[in-house]
Amino acid sequence: MKPWRKSKRQNNTRQPNLPGVFAAPAAQSRRLATPHDLALGVARGRLATAVALFALAFTIISGRVGFLTLFSEPGDSTSQHAQITDRTTGRVDITDRNGTVLATSLPTISLCADARKILDADEAERQLMKALPELDEKRLSNDLRNGKHCAMIKRHLTPKQYYEVNSLGIAGLEFQPDERRIYPAGNITAHVVGYTDIDNNGLAGVEKSMDSQLEEGTKPLALSIDLRLQSIMHSELSAAVDNFHALGGAGMIMDVRTGEVLAMVSLPDFDPQRPGTASDDARFNRDTLGVYEMGSTFKIFNTAMALDSGLIHVGDSFDTAHPIQVGHQFIKDYHPENRWLNVAEIFTHSSNIGAAHMAQRMGPARQRAFLGRLGLTEKAQIELPEVGAPLVPNARDWGEPTTMTVSFGHGIAVNAVQVVSAVAAIVNDGQPVHPTLLKKDSVPEANPNPVISARTSSLMRGLMRLVVTRGTAKAAEVNGYLIGGKTGTADKLSSNHKYDEHARLSSFIGAFPLNAPRYVVFALLDDPKGTTKTYGFATGGWTAAPVVSHVVSQMGPLMNMPPLDREMQAEAEKQVLRPLGPQIVDGMPIEEGSNYAAVESDSVQ
Amino acid sequence: MKPFARSDRSVLGRWWWTIDRWTLFALAAIMGFGILLIQAATPAVAIKHGLDNFYFVERHLLMLVVAIFIIFGISLLTPRQIRLGALFGLLLFLPMLMLTPFIGTEIKGATRWIHLPGLSIQPSEFVKPLFAVTAAWLFSRQCEHKGFPALSVNIALWLLITIFLVMQPDIGMTVLTTAIWIGEFFLAGLPIITLAIFIGLGAGGLVVAYYTLPHFTSRMDRFLSHSGDTYQVDRALDAFMNGGLLGKGAGEGTVKMSIPDAHADFVFAVAGEELGFIWCLVIIGLFAFIVLRGFWRLRHEGNLFILLSTSGLLIEFGLQAIINMASTLHLMPAKGMTLPFISYGGSSLWALAIGMGMLLGLTRKRFGLHDV
Repeated sequence: MKPWRKSKRQNNTRQPNLPGVFAAPAAQSRRLATPHDLALGVARGRLATAVALFALAFTIISGRVGFLTLFSEPGDSTSQHAQITDRTTGRVDITDRNGTVLATSLPTISLCADARKILDADEAERQLMKALPELDEKRLSNDLRNGKHCAMIKRHLTPKQYYEVNSLGIAGLEFQPDERRIYPAGNITAHVVGYTDIDNNGLAGVEKSMDSQLEEGTKPLALSIDLRLQSIMHSELSAAVDNFHALGGAGMIMDVRTGEVLAMVSLPDFDPQRPGTASDDARFNRDTLGVYEMGSTFKIFNTAMALDSGLIHVGDSFDTAHPIQVGHQFIKDYHPENRWLNVAEIFTHSSNIGAAHMAQRMGPARQRAFLGRLGLTEKAQIELPEVGAPLVPNARDWGEPTTMTVSFGHGIAVNAVQVVSAVAAIVNDGQPVHPTLLKKDSVPEANPNPVISARTSSLMRGLMRLVVTRGTAKAAEVNGYLIGGKTGTADKLSSNHKYDEHARLSSFIGAFPLNAPRYVVFALLDDPKGTTKTYGFATGGWTAAPVVSHVVSQMGPLMNMPPLDREMQAEAEKQVLRPLGPQIVDGMPIEEGSNYAAVESDSVQ
Repeated sequence: MKPFARSDRSVLGRWWWTIDRWTLFALAAIMGFGILLIQAATPAVAIKHGLDNFYFVERHLLMLVVAIFIIFGISLLTPRQIRLGALFGLLLFLPMLMLTPFIGTEIKGATRWIHLPGLSIQPSEFVKPLFAVTAAWLFSRQCEHKGFPALSVNIALWLLITIFLVMQPDIGMTVLTTAIWIGEFFLAGLPIITLAIFIGLGAGGLVVAYYTLPHFTSRMDRFLSHSGDTYQVDRALDAFMNGGLLGKGAGEGTVKMSIPDAHADFVFAVAGEELGFIWCLVIIGLFAFIVLRGFWRLRHEGNLFILLSTSGLLIEFGLQAIINMASTLHLMPAKGMTLPFISYGGSSLWALAIGMGMLLGLTRKRFGLHDV
């Protein structure tokens, strides 16, 4: 149907009234309606539609402008692409707990070549080799001629190199803004902070585990690490590794109230700026990735379990005169007392036989559950990608023999983070500890379900103090800081899963101040050798305990803890030992340190 | 202030008293905003191209002066002169449009420009207003001279233009010319059912274009999924968000540094950032005022050709502004279309001046019935 036919038909009906919203002028409607007039009428009527559509469109646009300008925040609809171009340096810094920079992004310049724009490739090649002699000549020659849009010649020029290459004035060489990760603390924090690849993707440590937060964050990421303590631990542990010709070492400091790791050192270490040049062994984190049989350190957990059960009391005695036969093996004490010892003596003298008897009375199920509550049977939860899963006997094989060896730290392998967290819980009234590498702003509220009772915790603090004053760890003593702890020396499993008596792990785990526990300090040496000063001994008491002692004496003042004077120390010491009772404390002979250092070597034969 | 007395019977005097002065003032205000925004947006672009800071500002002012003379000159003409002028103009620019795919320069996958010595022009820009007036004349002829095959000529003309626009390809311009043509056809009495069929065919045409024209496909995809390279649109949206109620102040924006087309297709984003919500509303209001007032005044128009041609020109002007603002605001896919009299761009500015000149000329007060 064509429009003018329609109007013609209307014309035939002599219909004078024109349709439309807008009224037609009266003068025109009086005339006879021509086809022109009729079409005009339709057109006038339809103008309203056009007006309505345009008004609607302009209203929508106004609304959209209002919504965008008044009610949206920049970034709402911004794609990743735009954000990256916006920032000069993308990845945020990593700092220690006091804001000292551990990793930062430095804007740099990278050099690339557009072969199509290079006029004289021979000349460009000659001059570039002169300015940057480290370039691979063959590759450079190819890059300058292959016609690629932008062939990368060298990433991250130094300002001097940039100046020199720029002043060559070669057309077709282009400088691109780039970004490079810098680690001011270098190897001291290498295992914790980790490193990135050349494109700033995290490859290890916190750089990897927190990769997306670092990439998208706006504020620096504060770690729990205190660079001062980290540095102290690093230098003391390095000195011990050198002194005892150890293969390596591990050291940790933890705040028992928050679970924050204040220091984490693994030796040997590496330069995070050049991780590619480091050996696998140097990049291996002995605090988290390495799982070890910790030896006598586990007697802390064994004794706490026994005392917390209420079935064994600190004065109860066990026969340590006779080695225990397990299958065709014997559990022996290295330097046997050959008499009945009470729980305090078993702990202080580090008697394997005594510990095994105690565990036997507790039974496998209770032991497994207790170690589980301390987090020793599950993989540690900490913000690092390099965490080793513990080697734990499965429930089916966890019979009486396993229970007895586990009591003195054999037949179960855990990492240092697990041991340190568990000991932190033991000394801090049984409050469960969740280890973390991120700074926490507050101390968590008291947990109503402690892993051991406050009473057991106070007994354990007394016993750990006795280990330092009368037992195997006299070298750990620090005047004025009331330190207590436990040594551990374990034969290393060799590659054929047999114990090697000549390769061992010597460790000490200490907590201080015992009258109000704040910190757990741990040191482990991998296969230390005795020296003439230690009379050839390389046990935890001789090698690792002094490391902890030196660390504590330096960190105390830094943490706002001046050493106690003699009287105050004596008073605090009494307070720590009081829960054990005078009979236990007075009845314990004070032995010569040199003998006792040897006694604690555990062995399964 | 009265520049001319009522009794002034000179050409200028008559022009002043018969022209639609409100539209004229709104247009002047829009040009003023254009000068302000071009001053703010182009130095960054000029520096990028290694030109003098105010190179684009000077060029814009120069072209604007020419545009003002074009508007003034054309608005002096009678409706009959305008009708004939549009017809002859079309006879000049239509062959150029047809030649564009063969002698034009390809930019970003589309061939829209012809480079003449000292000047590059986009023939489709000029075809638009001339076609609006010529088509309106053909539609109005339909009703009067039955012997002349006005409708067939009209359809043929539209098809010809559409085919050569799709060849470039320039889907935005195709949509705009078709909208002008359908709009006039609708006002000329096109039955609603036929209109529905046309709209269906148009939608189908867009779907076909989506599957056959890679340039168009990529733009649609980027709009629908907001993926791929949506850089310009994202920056434009950021600009509005940065602007807030009162803007950052003229010249204080940053979006012009990051959007290559900040002085042309995305000039409204510069307005959003530097002038803020209120002044953006004023700019939208000026465009709306010209368009809605234009239609409002037509309600008493006694001449079908004038009603249709003015409507066509208003649709061109209004729709171009709406498409530009809507794509800057991410309400529709990005289109290569300028914001009338604000964006920098020679061809577009002069073509719009021709359209606006004809609009003003056609809507001058006429006394008595003239054969147009």
